[in-house]
Amino acid sequence: MSSISDLNQKGAGSARPGFFSKEASIAQPGFSRWMVPPAALAVHLCIGQAYAFSVFNGPLSKLIGITKSAPDDWALTTLGWIFSLAIVCLGLSAAFAGRWLEKVGPRRTMFTAACCFGAGFLVSALGVWTHQIWLLYLGYGLLGGIGLGLGYVSPVSTLIRWFPDRRGMATGMAIMGFGGGAMIAAPLSVFLMGYFKTATSLGVSETFIVMGVLYFISMTIGSLAIRIPPAGWTPAGWTPPTVQNAMITREHVHIDQVLKTPQFYLIWAVLFFNVTAGIGILSQASVMIQESFKESITAASAAGFVGLLSLFNMGGRFVWASASDLIGRKNTYFVFFILGAVLYYLVPIFGASGNIVLFVAAYVVILSMYGGGFATVPAYLADIFGTAFVGGIHGRLLTAWAAAGVAGPVLINYIRAYEVGHGVAKADAYTMTLHIMVVLLLLGFVCNLLIKRVDAKHHMKQA
Amino acid sequence: MIEGHPTNKPLMAVFWLYVLIPLAWGVYKTLSQAITLFH
Repeated sequence: MSSISDLNQKGAGSARPGFFSKEASIAQPGFSRWMVPPAALAVHLCIGQAYAFSVFNGPLSKLIGITKSAPDDWALTTLGWIFSLAIVCLGLSAAFAGRWLEKVGPRRTMFTAACCFGAGFLVSALGVWTHQIWLLYLGYGLLGGIGLGLGYVSPVSTLIRWFPDRRGMATGMAIMGFGGGAMIAAPLSVFLMGYFKTATSLGVSETFIVMGVLYFISMTIGSLAIRIPPAGWTPAGWTPPTVQNAMITREHVHIDQVLKTPQFYLIWAVLFFNVTAGIGILSQASVMIQESFKESITAASAAGFVGLLSLFNMGGRFVWASASDLIGRKNTYFVFFILGAVLYYLVPIFGASGNIVLFVAAYVVILSMYGGGFATVPAYLADIFGTAFVGGIHGRLLTAWAAAGVAGPVLINYIRAYEVGHGVAKADAYTMTLHIMVVLLLLGFVCNLLIKRVDAKHHMKQA
Repeated sequence: MIEGHPTNKPLMAVFWLYVLIPLAWGVYKTLSQAITLFH
């Protein structure tokens, strides 16, 4: 197994390093670490567009008919695979490219992500132009998905190394950008499609081209600005605490060795349960509030509710991850699971009582914890496994996101359909589902409770 | 910060604005939509 000194020596040959090499991206004296968060945000604000891809579904289903879907137009079920494929490729690329991105460093990884994500849009534009759905699967689904995975993981692990004193806040900033990216992309996409729209075209392919170029440029700027700290660097005036927190290690665990520790699978389960609970209601939020408050909620105000959830989903990423620096990662997840379980239990009661303020308040807190779970987990991994391979380990952990992306909506939709099929009123049909979510959160609580320090036999050698 | 030549502060401020202005625009647009919930 590699030792820490091996890691520092790798790639340190006498030949002049290439511009995109890991060695060339090591910060020179005088570099401020506060340049790194905007570099990370420049990438995450772009790839966060994925959450807003649904704004293209309507226009893509009317490319031939223009005003309404023609028989040869793509069905929504066909289009749904584009986003699903992108998310699967996000998880797979983050998981399998883990070792590569640790080897080549963040600059090359982020530039590769920029190329993949930008090219994904351009290939998709060609697919729209020629009306070939396989080009959209190849473009946005495969290429774009790889760009998503590489772009998501690499800036986060770099920030962790620059901010050993505030890991949670640093990762929260970047991952907040992923939540905020959809807020930029949705109105931008609508604006561009309106700008390019003609009597014979909905302007989708032109919009894809403009967005692909914009995202490529912005992500490339992020990759050029990113730097990694020199070996042994610490923030000026900061010394590691003398009284060591039992849950924060100074050792490092190799990326391959991590899979042999129970801690990896427990944190995987913690993320899975937290995301499953949140993603299930996020996907159905609009329908749920309309069915719970039929008299007072219109489709427009339900859309406003979804917007409010997005804001808290984004804000929670920064607030909860920053709070985890103060109260600890483990305690932060305890709050998610206990407070989350209480709120999921109370939501149907608030709905039945007709109290819309409490109903909305419960949901926004739940969604803030959903976002907080994503943003806190990289710092949790760095605490438990050290920072040497945290990017690759984080990538492997994101398979929990992919799994939860399937489990959450399936649980909500199928249980609701079963209940409605058995005569339960639509407004009450979510009660059982939300109670199942309570159980999932309690399982997450138990997994979090079981997380202890990694056994010393898994640590890398300090040569 | 590491001792030595300092990072160009105005450039850093511009870089921050470069990412925060689009984010603020997105938040404003989303908030405008969210307000309809309370009408």
